[in-house]
Amino acid sequence: MHYFIGDLGHFFIILSFVTSLISAFAYWKTINSPDETREPWRKNARVAFYTHLAAVLGVVVCLFVIIYQHYFEYHYAYSHSSRHLPGQYMVSCFWEGQEGSFLLWIFWQALIGIVLIHSQKKWEAPVMVVFSLVQAFLASMILGVVIPLLDIKLGSSPFILLRDAIDDPIFSLQPDFIPKDGSGLNPLLQNYWMVIHPPTLFLGFALTLVPFAFCIAGLWQKQYSEWIKPALPWTLLGAGILGLGILMGGYWAYETLNFGGYWNWDPVENAVYVPWLVMIASIHTMIIYKNNQTALKSSIILAIAVFVLILYSTFLTRSGILGDASVHSFTDLGLSGQLLIYLLFFTVAAIALAAWHWKHIPSSEKETEVYSREFWIFLGATILCFSGFHVIIPTSYPVINEMGSWFGLDLRLAVPGNQVEYYSRYQIWFGVLVALASGTAQFFWWRKIDKHNLVKELLYPVLISLVVFALIISLAKIYKPAYLVLTLAGVYLIVSNLKVLFTVSKVKKSLSGGAISHLGVGLMLIGIMFSAGYSSVVSLNNTGMLISKDLPTEFNRDNLLLFINETRVMAGYEIEYLGERVKPNGIRGYVSKNDIDLTFDPYQVIATKDIYYNNKKILNARDTFEINPENTFYEVELRKNGKVEAVLFPRVQINPAMGGFVASPDIERHVGRDLYTHVSLPMNREEEPEWSEMSEERIRINQEFFVNDYVAVLEEVVRIHEIDGYILDETDVAVKAKIKVKGERDEYFAEPIFLIREKSQVGRIASEINDLGVKITLLNIHPDTNDFSLGINTRQKDWVIIKAIEMPLINVLWLGTGVLMVGFTVAMVRRFKDFRKEV
Amino acid sequence: MKKSHIFALVAIAAAIGIIIGNTGDASTYVSFDQAYQMASTGNETQIHVVGDLKKDANGNIVGIEKSADKLSFSFILVDENQKEQKVYYNEPMPPDFTRSEKVVVIGSYQNNSFLASKILLKCPSKYQEEKINTSSL
Repeated sequence: MHYFIGDLGHFFIILSFVTSLISAFAYWKTINSPDETREPWRKNARVAFYTHLAAVLGVVVCLFVIIYQHYFEYHYAYSHSSRHLPGQYMVSCFWEGQEGSFLLWIFWQALIGIVLIHSQKKWEAPVMVVFSLVQAFLASMILGVVIPLLDIKLGSSPFILLRDAIDDPIFSLQPDFIPKDGSGLNPLLQNYWMVIHPPTLFLGFALTLVPFAFCIAGLWQKQYSEWIKPALPWTLLGAGILGLGILMGGYWAYETLNFGGYWNWDPVENAVYVPWLVMIASIHTMIIYKNNQTALKSSIILAIAVFVLILYSTFLTRSGILGDASVHSFTDLGLSGQLLIYLLFFTVAAIALAAWHWKHIPSSEKETEVYSREFWIFLGATILCFSGFHVIIPTSYPVINEMGSWFGLDLRLAVPGNQVEYYSRYQIWFGVLVALASGTAQFFWWRKIDKHNLVKELLYPVLISLVVFALIISLAKIYKPAYLVLTLAGVYLIVSNLKVLFTVSKVKKSLSGGAISHLGVGLMLIGIMFSAGYSSVVSLNNTGMLISKDLPTEFNRDNLLLFINETRVMAGYEIEYLGERVKPNGIRGYVSKNDIDLTFDPYQVIATKDIYYNNKKILNARDTFEINPENTFYEVELRKNGKVEAVLFPRVQINPAMGGFVASPDIERHVGRDLYTHVSLPMNREEEPEWSEMSEERIRINQEFFVNDYVAVLEEVVRIHEIDGYILDETDVAVKAKIKVKGERDEYFAEPIFLIREKSQVGRIASEINDLGVKITLLNIHPDTNDFSLGINTRQKDWVIIKAIEMPLINVLWLGTGVLMVGFTVAMVRRFKDFRKEV
Repeated sequence: MKKSHIFALVAIAAAIGIIIGNTGDASTYVSFDQAYQMASTGNETQIHVVGDLKKDANGNIVGIEKSADKLSFSFILVDENQKEQKVYYNEPMPPDFTRSEKVVVIGSYQNNSFLASKILLKCPSKYQEEKINTSSL
């Protein structure tokens, strides 16, 4: 038992909690003290915050040591890791649990706090009061302390021992019991995206605190508008990182999950998407303010709203309230009360502070002109907020139901089964509006436009857009009205921003951030429209079968049953399933399960022959290599007119500790489209197959015969002296028959054994050819006629059920994402430079 | 009236429109009886029913039937009011289906059968795990 490391970690948690409170108090005193004591208080506050950072690092190191050293006496290591987990995924274990992800969040905010301390002289104290308070609330979530007398548990510590977390009888017998291995990391999270997606996302979360803290500081210090300048570059950075984190999550889902896309409108996704939209809106109102001193109140409202929405999303995903509504929220750690207080504290405090100062916030009496750029930007920001509003309502149904029940209402609201359609039906129009507003705003941004030159300015971009649009629809055959409009709006957004980009980059490159990001958005809209709107199921099985006599409707079936080595024709493809494969660790390629021998260690197998992959030798016969036994890959070949288009290896992970079966797709990437295939149902190897009754045949050497419709030939029968390494006695007689069976693609050998021990005991060892569903037994030897009796059993051939989807132009979405991130970077660099110039 | 007021009015109207649009299209959690009534009055909206799989006296799940080609299956779901209903699903049976504690079916009645367009499984995840694997002692 390693008690020390856990106690040390727990001590660091308490230290980080206490130091954040001290830091908040000391910064408070820095503001509200006579001048001569301010600097000492500031010094104290800084020491407290640095100690806080050190304590947070201490917690991180302790937890990591526990995971890395496999201290399974700790619940966190036991339930998130295992001995066979590759090193890079140990990092993922760290944030798989709620406690670890809180810790990641705390860690980022502590780092950002340090940066702010040294870059914001004037703002340091008020901003850090807010920062330290938020840190205290977050640290309290992992505190794991029971308040005496009240008997309230505060937070859930990651350093809890297994025996305290799980009530298992073994601990009453053996209190010091330590499991030999952990239950492992969820196989879905064993993916490189899960190493980088959570840190990026939580950095985004942490960055939303910066504009909020500046806004609160501004209100509090009566610097109602001055806060915008330092907050703007941070908001750009935050929106960029948060957006990147969200898209990484989408990409992970696309590669790993099997719902056939990158965005499922799941509550957990929506809960981050909405604050991101509002954050983008807040960037726009801040930019309006910087240009003509309007939209200050909107900027304040939005800066507060972003952070409150982040807290709300934290509450939704971690309190367990989503329950039935989401497939992948965190489990309830009993923190819901604490999370609610966290949410309410900052919501109420921020709103109260804003309301208190509202009258004093300067607002412009200027009437906004329709022909002004401010009008169009504000319109865009408003549309973004409404788009978020539309998503957050259904996402909140569980909360609304719960609140309804307080008033005796039984609402039972739920998002319909086709949630993707439910959301996208409206979101597509928000996309159109955003594209039109931001496409047009770009023209107003760079040139004074009035009624007279409006037509002139817009004529060419609109004409070019129409031509490009006409080209696209004639090629892509889009007929749905909503998709037509979205395509046109997206093209318009791209064309107008290309024009602006061209003009601006001639003048000053550093100002082109806006045009680049909007260009990215335009590309993303087009990519989303095609890949989601026009994805088609390749494995479509339109036999129009009745699902049951009771149901009158005919159904198309999206799944396809493939028997091994039998070609099916679907949607212009010839699809053939070639068998089960394993993947050697650290080697490019796959190995057929027919070509390996198992060992006692399930992670080590031996190649039975030289292994080739793509005509390259990857393993020699008798090589022992490491595999992950949880994973099976199903080789599926897709051909067009006999030419191989793609060989896919969709994966199935079997991990009983994780609830069984997890299928991940394999994606064949082309420039214009992706081909996406996943296993819907594999054969269950645990189940004993149903063999046919044995048929008996008398065969001579070199005689051809049929087994399960395959041509077979008995090549030889030889005497053997050992069986599987077991040396036989002199008196024993054993013979092995070698039977060659010609499969569709390969030749297989069955080698049944016939054995006579001590002259009377007869034993028969049958031989099975898995791929062909054949079992051959050497039943008897007839020396008088020189032939042999073979028993043949057959079963249904190996099969797999798959689903294959074609996604056109998905790469345009990823390209747009990249462009958007470049735009964010350019804009952010410019605003940070602005800020430094004037400080 | 100032333009900003018009803007605000339009915004409020849009917000109300969104709320009505959203809740109007929303599905609800109901029992099979309610779902049947809805379908018989011509209401074809998709609804959610939460239930357990039917089990015999020994706790074995009964009533699962797979189609010959394995591409679809049906099962018996017992809702909160203990009403049993045969549910058809046009997808292969998920391998962890029989391990699930609760099943949410989303779909509607067609004649006397319930056709699910989607099912959500509540599996005993590793988080609720109460037993420790001591076999590797």
